[in-house]
Amino acid sequence: MSNQVLSDVEYRVVGKRPIRPDGVDKVTGRAQYGADIYPAGLLHGKMLRSPHPHAKVVSIDTSQAEALPGVLAVVTAADFPLASLGKEGLGDGYQRLKFATDLIMASDKVLFKGHPLAAVAAVNAHVAEEAVGLIKVEYQKLPPVMNVQAAMQDGAQLIHDELYTSYLGESSEKPSNVAAHLFFEKGDIEQGFADADVVLEREFHTEMVHQGYIEPQNSTAFWNADGQLTIWCSTQGSFMIRNSVADVLRFPVSKIKVIPTEIGGGFGGKISAYLEPVSALLSRKCGQPVKMLMTRTEVFEASGPAPGSWMKVKMGATKDGRITAAHVTLAYEAGAYPGSPVMAGTSCALSCYDLENGRVEGFDVLVNKPKTSAYRAPGSPQAAFAVESVIDEICEKLDLDPIEVRIKNAAKEGTRRVEGPVARKIGLIQCLEAAKSHDHYKKPVEGKSSGRGIACGFWMNRGFQSSVTMTVQYDGTISLLMGSVDIGGTRASIAQQTAETLGIEYEDVHPTVVDTDSIGFTFVTGGSRTSFATGLAAIGAAEDVKEQMVKRAAQIWDTPVENVEYVDGIIQHRSDSELKMSFQDLAKQLGATGGAITGRSNVDPSGEGNGYAVHIVDVEVDQETGKVDILRYTAIQDAGKAVHPSYVEGQMQGGVVQGIGWALNEEYFFNDQGQMMNPTFLDYRMPTSLDLPMIDTVIVEVANPGHPYGVKGVGEVPIVPPMAAISNAIHQAIGLRMPSLPMSPGKILEALWENGK
Amino acid sequence: MPGLTHVQTTINGVQTDFLAEPRQSLLEVLRDVLGKTGTKEGCNDGNCGACTVMLDGRIVDSCLVLAVETQGSEITTIEGLATADGLHPIQQAFLEQAALQCGICTPGFIIAAKGLLDQEPDADEGRIRHWLAGNLCRCTGYDKIIRAVLEAEKQLK
Repeated sequence: MSNQVLSDVEYRVVGKRPIRPDGVDKVTGRAQYGADIYPAGLLHGKMLRSPHPHAKVVSIDTSQAEALPGVLAVVTAADFPLASLGKEGLGDGYQRLKFATDLIMASDKVLFKGHPLAAVAAVNAHVAEEAVGLIKVEYQKLPPVMNVQAAMQDGAQLIHDELYTSYLGESSEKPSNVAAHLFFEKGDIEQGFADADVVLEREFHTEMVHQGYIEPQNSTAFWNADGQLTIWCSTQGSFMIRNSVADVLRFPVSKIKVIPTEIGGGFGGKISAYLEPVSALLSRKCGQPVKMLMTRTEVFEASGPAPGSWMKVKMGATKDGRITAAHVTLAYEAGAYPGSPVMAGTSCALSCYDLENGRVEGFDVLVNKPKTSAYRAPGSPQAAFAVESVIDEICEKLDLDPIEVRIKNAAKEGTRRVEGPVARKIGLIQCLEAAKSHDHYKKPVEGKSSGRGIACGFWMNRGFQSSVTMTVQYDGTISLLMGSVDIGGTRASIAQQTAETLGIEYEDVHPTVVDTDSIGFTFVTGGSRTSFATGLAAIGAAEDVKEQMVKRAAQIWDTPVENVEYVDGIIQHRSDSELKMSFQDLAKQLGATGGAITGRSNVDPSGEGNGYAVHIVDVEVDQETGKVDILRYTAIQDAGKAVHPSYVEGQMQGGVVQGIGWALNEEYFFNDQGQMMNPTFLDYRMPTSLDLPMIDTVIVEVANPGHPYGVKGVGEVPIVPPMAAISNAIHQAIGLRMPSLPMSPGKILEALWENGK
Repeated sequence: MPGLTHVQTTINGVQTDFLAEPRQSLLEVLRDVLGKTGTKEGCNDGNCGACTVMLDGRIVDSCLVLAVETQGSEITTIEGLATADGLHPIQQAFLEQAALQCGICTPGFIIAAKGLLDQEPDADEGRIRHWLAGNLCRCTGYDKIIRAVLEAEKQLK
């Protein structure tokens, strides 16, 4: 059982494991999360939500709620600008704003169980809840559309009357539940299949799953008498929330300040606005700050889970294991409004392999379920479950080693993906080699009715905008401000990169996550981008500090700037060895020589470098109960350069365990009325400590050429391989392929019985 | 409006009186009335363990305890573990072992781990995994949490 780091390059601070700056606050309970905000005069808001997954809203009567003592404000869709601007006022922008607003507060139709219809602010949450119960809504129920295959059929019940399918830039003639049909192709797949010795075609299903962050969504808003709106919330992106609120409330961003609190998990689920615009409108109506917290059931039913899917993979290979062609079709649930992560799914589906001939199609399909959102490598895990299962079956048919076949086909520098981009320096082959030589892979599987599976995973990683400023304090420390919220250790990873660049100690860098008024636009903490892109911003700001420190030293020494250099935290004259100051010595003199120095950098980098992972898992299947136990798990990943290896391991282990949950237990279970039957942590069963072994990790470092220390994103790709790896292991254990997630005890038993086992 | 009950407790060693409605949970009173927001709400139905506190030496989900039931009780919350001299060894171990990512479940885990180590200073990995199964963490995969508790055991000896 071990955690290994395979490093070629050592740095002074990057790659070490210091204590995170926010750690003490988080182990003592002092850290302030969204629900911990209590401004003076605070009121509490509650939402009325639809019990039906699909219905027309005939009328809403809030009069009794408004009359309840202790109630200070009630809002409905009528209070949003969409209602007053209407189709005439908005023209071409109408449908987009209608979708954005209706998701937050339904107007004419409800499209999923839990869809908000009204909200109340009252003196406490109990009174608000009572008031919500007094609101009368008349519905006209419509048949719910609950899966992609039903939604795609001709004559299916339409969820939106005026939604058309976009396909290669054209719109369909008839309205449809399919918002988009994506199509990417490379080479000639028909020829590729003709050249194959074996061709397999398989179908796969997965169910809707949730990110499962432990902290529910929250928002506290105060609309001040001067028209300034302040919002405290736990979000992955304060600027995204500012933009969403500005959009649906038609209110200038300059009048909105979003203060991001500590955030209790997100995994992609805390990017969209849900409560923020509503708490803002409630506050505007009553002139007091209003806090709204989701219950766990509201989180399940009305935040943004990951889509269920129907998928098809056709793949051909020659006898020696060379893949000659692949055709992948992905149909993902968008939920109630367009915008599933199927686009990213199409980008990832075949991207572990260097294929001559490939085609990937994607369908974004509306269903009467919550609007789906990002969940850790959004779109990739489903596709990998399908593709990596088929590759395993090809290896079985050809009697070839699954790692050797993957090495033979692996993407490498110069590989062009089916949808276009060409890989720079990447580490998939190194990860596969590390898997092959790992103690886990060399040892036989232990236990009875047990098996081993392996699978690969891909996530492209992201760059996007980040902003950092840093001020040199006169005691020789750095106060660093950033817009990226810290969801799992990025204060540490950004401070390490800063200290490395400035040649100072990690402990002398003090990072703070600041609000939207205090820093430049910064995209979400997501896409595995923060340590990379905000890291680059910090490095840029540190370089700016160095340049100014050199100028200041030149001024003090009365010498041209060209004569002064900055080396490892020392500012020195290039030829006069007497003239030399440490960073700290110069910092002390700043006050008397012109004042403080502030470095700044705003970046929007490309060069993020793709993420690859290879996982090995051993499982044991209890043939009497159908329960699958994880005996051993090893995750191998190209991390570029692990800035703080402990937190990289943590990302890998956490992603693996979310994947284990997705593989074995987790699913939204809907009844025939379209109502989720398991919206609690009791019935939506995520893995506990008792369900798991230690998760072994191997960090492979293939330096990313797009970053001075070789850093690339690490957070998302670890959730991609587990479902296929576990399915492949189950196959080895019981001889059966499991084409549908979750591979719960019931499904395993059914498969065993159907096959007379 | 329901009537209020005067409740006398000792929280983190300090005598603490409060007024509670019958429908208010201990969690709600700790957070909304007493300002002890280190105890977190993750589900409010006893399934996640984020609100774990010690009540008369036993760990409980404070969302499942009515505040009026705590009359005369001794309660320890996360705010009561560190002293002026420094962190509790369990807190220190979580910090050093990188046993937290987002940190929202951390107070509950630390209190739950204390509940175990107070009674069973030699708990092995299997026992720790069993004991902590009432606390959900979605970030870490539990690996580093288990290691931190094992490390804290060593430090407590």
